[in-house]
Order: sequence, then C-alpha cells, then structure tokens
Amino acid sequence: MKAIQTEQLSLGYKDELVIEELDLTIPKGEITAFIGSNGCGKSTLLKSLARLLKPKDGSVELAGKDIDKTSTKEIARQLAIMPQSPQAPEGLTVLQLVKQGRYPYQSWYKQWSEEDEEAVQYALDVTGIKEFEDRTVDSLSGGQRQRAWIAMTLAQDTDIILLDEPTTFLDLTHQIDILDLLSELNEQEGRTIVMVLHDLNLACRYADHIVAIQGKSVFEQGNPDEIITPQLIHSVFGLQCQVTCDPICGAPMCIPYSRQRQMKGANRYAAQQVQAN
Amino acid sequence: MLKSNALKGLGLIIGLVIVLILMWASVLYGYTDITSQMIIDSFTNFDESNEHYIIQDNRIPRSLIAAAVGASLAIAGAIMQGLTNNPLASPTIFGVNAGASFFVVFGVTFLGITSLQSFAWFAFAGAAVASVTVYLLGSLGSDGLTPIKITLAGAAIAALFSSMTQGMLAMNETALEQVLFWLTGSVQGRSLEILMSVLPYLVVGWFVALLLGKHLNVLVMGEELAKGLGQKTYLIKLAGALAVVLLSGGAVAIAGPIGFIGIVIPHIARWFAGISYSWVIPYSAIIGAMLLLSADIAARYVIYPQEAPVGVMIALVGVPFFIYIARRGINE
Repeated sequence: MKAIQTEQLSLGYKDELVIEELDLTIPKGEITAFIGSNGCGKSTLLKSLARLLKPKDGSVELAGKDIDKTSTKEIARQLAIMPQSPQAPEGLTVLQLVKQGRYPYQSWYKQWSEEDEEAVQYALDVTGIKEFEDRTVDSLSGGQRQRAWIAMTLAQDTDIILLDEPTTFLDLTHQIDILDLLSELNEQEGRTIVMVLHDLNLACRYADHIVAIQGKSVFEQGNPDEIITPQLIHSVFGLQCQVTCDPICGAPMCIPYSRQRQMKGANRYAAQQVQAN
Repeated sequence: MLKSNALKGLGLIIGLVIVLILMWASVLYGYTDITSQMIIDSFTNFDESNEHYIIQDNRIPRSLIAAAVGASLAIAGAIMQGLTNNPLASPTIFGVNAGASFFVVFGVTFLGITSLQSFAWFAFAGAAVASVTVYLLGSLGSDGLTPIKITLAGAAIAALFSSMTQGMLAMNETALEQVLFWLTGSVQGRSLEILMSVLPYLVVGWFVALLLGKHLNVLVMGEELAKGLGQKTYLIKLAGALAVVLLSGGAVAIAGPIGFIGIVIPHIARWFAGISYSWVIPYSAIIGAMLLLSADIAARYVIYPQEAPVGVMIALVGVPFFIYIARRGINE
C-alpha cells in the first residue's frame, strides 16, 4: 500500500536542481525517515510532498491523485506537515495553537463544531500537554513546545503526518520522547509518518523504511536492517564507520571513525566489552 | 486583557457606545455653542439659523468623517501588521499614505483635478503603487520578505514620495495653498459629499477586513505553515492588500495623511483583546474612531479660539507610543 508516490519528480530553486527525476513510494501506515548529508535535498523533498514547493517537473500523487490538481484544503485534510523549527506569534496560547489545526475544516459559514472540539481535546490529551493549554507557546520548554506543534498537526486529523527534523534543538531525553510519541501514533492509529531525521541511529531505531538521499536522487531505500551498511554510510555521508547492533532494540547502529580519537588502553567500558566477548 | 469571548464582545459594544457619545460630543463642542436640542431641531425643524447650518454642514460631516477615517486607518494598520508579521507596519511607516498624497498632489498640480471622485481614485492609485513597490522591495533577495527589509523599504518609499510631494509644492504656490491644510491631515472643512463618494470603498474594505481575521491568525504563523493548513496564502495576501489600499487610500482622499493611528491603535487593541485578529480588527476600528474623534475635539481647544490640525494632535500622542513600540524591538 502506498501513501504518497512521486513520478519523475524534479525539484529545485531557480536554475539549480536539487532532486532529479525521482520515482519514490512512501509506504502507508509505516514510519519513513529521510536521511542524507546537509543540503542533499531531503527537506526540499519533504516540502514538495506536502505541495509547499512546486515541482520543476514530474508529479506527486496523494492517494492516487496528483496534488497539483487537488484543492489545497482537501490535501490539508489528508496530510499535515510540521515545518522545521516553526515560530508561534508572541502571546499565542497552546490551546489557540492547537485549534489552528482545524483550519482546513472551517469555512466562512461553518462555525466551530463538536467535531473540531473533540479533535482538539484528543490532540491535547495524546501529546500530554492538556495541563499547559492556557500557557503561551513561547513560555514552554523546547520539548513541550515541540509537543504543542505536534498536537496542532494531530488536530488536523490526517492519515499522513510529515515532520521536518522534529527533534532538532532538543536534548536526547526529549528526542526519544518525541520519537516515542510519533511511534505510538503510528502503531496505535496506523498513521503514516514521514520525517527528516539527522540522527542516523535514531532513524534506524524508529523507522520502518529509510530513504537515503544522495546525488539528487535516492541512493538506497528499504528497511534499516537490510540497507544500513558501512558502504552505504560512506557513499551517502562520506563517513567511515562501523555498523553494529543497537544493544537496546537490535536495529543497526553506526559508530563513526574519527581522525583524532581511538581506543586507548582499558577504560571501564572497554573492559566490559572484552568480558562480553 | 479581556479573557472570554463574551467579555470581548461586551467590550466591543461598550466601545461602540463610547464612539457614538464622542460623535455626539463632536457635534456639540467647538467655537460655536451648540446644544443637544439644537442638533435635534436641525433635523426635525431646520430654521436656517447660523447654528443649524454649522451643525448640518460642518459639525456632522466632521464627526462622521473622523469616525470613518479613524476606524479605516486603524484597520489598515492591523491588516498590514498581520500580512507582514511586523509590529511596525502601518500605512504611514510603509509609505502608503505618502504614496496616496503624492498622487493626489500630482493630480491637483499638473492635471488640475477638482472632482471628489477623481481625488479618491488618485489616492487609491497612489496607495496601490506604494504598497506594491514596498512589498516588492522588501521581498528582494534570497531570504524573501523579512520584517527589517520591508520596514527599510517602507521608510525609503515614504521619504521618496514626501520629498517629491514637497518638490511639486515648492514649484507651484497656488497648489500649495489648495493642499497644505489637507496635507497636514484634518477632518475639518470636508463636505459630506467627499465622505459619501469614498464611503462605498471604505465599506468594502471594512467588510473584507472582518472576514480576514481568522485567516491572518494562520498566516502570521508563517507562510509554509499556513499553506500546510490548506490556506491559499496568495489569496489572503491579495485580499489584505486590497483592503489596505481601499482603507488607507480612502482615508487619505478624505482627510489627508494622518499618521500614527495605523501603527498605535492595533497595539492598543491587542492590549484589550489579545492577539487574535478576529478581535484585533474590530477593536482597532472602534479604538481608531475613538482616538480620531477625541483628538479632533481636543484640536478645537488647544490653541482656542483657533484650531490645530488634528494630524498634529495625533502625532503628539503617537510619537511617545511609537518610540515605546520601537524599543520593544522588531526582532521579537
């Protein structure tokens, strides 16, 4: 089953192409992560899937329909996108923010409905920010703020949610927290999640499907267990690494080599490693 | 800040009542003594007395014009602040009023326009030219529209149009006499006809503004977010720009360029009604009308028995507040 599909998609700014003639399928009901080095076009690709960027050529299909020929409101009821580090206007409360997620369901004659209210309450509950609903967004901590934005996209009540680096600027605890939340939404409600992630190891842990982008196209895609190898990391990121097993969940884990640091003598962790082997 | 929607609604009604009282007071007070009874008589039993002429030909138009112009400029400011996401945006700062004035003065000096209708059309054209120029200049460069660039573009265009206006007036003294009082901004000595000729455009502007509120709330979260929520952002921007041109162009055609209402009032409106544009816009309308009405009444007394131009009065109140806003920073 496919959620989104691109056909011969070319993207770019002015004369420069960032993505060229890409055929890509985003599987329905799974978590897909885009990985790639800085400036490889993964954010650009994500935006184009949400019709925020017009393709230079080719098309994006949502549920089998060309998004260019679908009304933007109609798309907003099927697909939500959270941009990278979004800014809330000063003084906006969490509740006001989450309510904006109902925008695609309203029109000049349609008032706030029971259904809108339920969707907002659900979004506040599931993201655990109900207790902050009257606080302003700018007074929240980074992790809470990110939850508030996710709540807004949830209020949009779409089967597909796209997120551009949802964990940027968060400490590790909150990164895990946000990714666990997204994973729960995927597992319990079958929502399709597509995100750009910088952290390769977290991408491997949480994604069912990884799309590695390099050279204006998809270098490789598939289940992380199958595709993540030192060769792939080297080709996509230009980085030498070892791939080992994430001791917590068994996903592939990349440990990079560096010019400066190598194992020196026996510190506590090295000794444990030797014992285990 | 008023918290619940019921309180905000009540606040609007109280505000409207205050506007009506101020409009009544604007007819009552001034150099010629007028009583409430005379106002009623001038409608029911017009006796061609001096007072009745003053009420019907001077005070009533003046009162209606102050309310309409004050409300229109304040709404235009609120919409501009929403469209550009910039607390300093207003018809004066962004050169819209200067553009409208330039076109009107150009029409008077070189084309000899005299009809009220053509006055209005020149003002609309000037407001539109200035808005589009400022918007395009502010959007130049790879990072698109930024608050700082559009403010600089606005200041530059405002300076350009005002100096060209002054240049024309320096060359042509007859025109100077005709437009000088108008140029300082005044609601006095304007006939009801000029209000009536512009009113239809103002009403369209008010109507569009009231419909725009909730869309601006989404747009201020950022263009990408608004598009993601299914907003046709170009349509909202276009409608907003149309309302700004109609409202500030119309206001300038009637009263000349009156500054500071557009920048100050939306901030005061936020103080009462919070940040939602669905409330900021109607509150701006009411408070804008209040400010211009009271400034106009005050202008009759500060250098009594002469009258000060109301534009000067507004600036006296507006400057300190403007500095306060500027100090809070456009980087926020």
